[in-house]
Amino acid sequence: MTRFRWFLWGVVAVAAGLFGLFAYQLTQPKDEFIESAMIGQSIPAFALRAAVPDRPGLSSEDLADGKAKLVNIFASWCIPCRAEAAQLEVLRESGAEIVGIAIRDRPEDVSAFLQVYGNPFTRIGADDISEVQLSLGSSGVPETFVVDGNGVITYQHIGDIRPEHVRTILYQLREAGA
Amino acid sequence: MKKLLLILAMLLVTPLAAQDNLPPAPFAYQQLEDPELEAMAQDLMITLRCLKCQSQSIADSDAPMAGDMRHQVRTRIAAGEEPEAIREWLIQRYGDYVSYQPRVKASTWPLFAIPALLVLGAILVLRGRLRKAK
Repeated sequence: MTRFRWFLWGVVAVAAGLFGLFAYQLTQPKDEFIESAMIGQSIPAFALRAAVPDRPGLSSEDLADGKAKLVNIFASWCIPCRAEAAQLEVLRESGAEIVGIAIRDRPEDVSAFLQVYGNPFTRIGADDISEVQLSLGSSGVPETFVVDGNGVITYQHIGDIRPEHVRTILYQLREAGA
Repeated sequence: MKKLLLILAMLLVTPLAAQDNLPPAPFAYQQLEDPELEAMAQDLMITLRCLKCQSQSIADSDAPMAGDMRHQVRTRIAAGEEPEAIREWLIQRYGDYVSYQPRVKASTWPLFAIPALLVLGAILVLRGRLRKAK
């Protein structure tokens, strides 16, 4: 009978441990970011038409031209994209080559957006049905990928780039061989 | 606390701002003509997570991105791809989180093993009890 009693205390201990674990997890802030599982892998093949008249479109071949780049996923309708425009400009001035992918956007809207917030991009592809975004494992706008000269994704930044992120992104870009 | 509030406020910003002007992808709201293929697509879509509204499936969500994911699922199924291959394609990109279908893996096998062990334990205890009662 005492053995059975110990067993019952064991059950109580396990239950208490579980509740403790739940309580701990409930107090942790929820991480809503879904990281891409494509880091370390080659960009899947794609070819996007130009999103604006004054910049060429973007294809996976452009990303494997030997030079490491930033791929910025943005949209004119995305508010945080406006907030990161200044940081993209700083990155461009620091020598980063930035190409853009405009998600679900009309050419006139993209042009108007770039007119107001600046155009740091050398190429901009239009992704009308988020096809390329899905193939990169990106789950929102804005997101920024570092892609090395062979077209391999080496780093992903989720959300708008704030001033404190610029250094890390430049470091990651240099690591990728820029 | 302030930081936490800021983070919470940030989370609110993105969905509110996600209002684009383009029409939905062709197969976002358009069913496949073949009812059998559509049923196949539907069965898969209810088990895939919407990346924007993370507690909904892509079949339930009206987020533009969920529509784009439905378009992917339907066009791929119409092209003869197996539903499980499409799931695998998404898991390769977003990890297991994108699928609602639990998988037995090195990190998840206890979830499947523990209930089985508990049932086994219960049967053993019951058998002991019943024997004693006789």
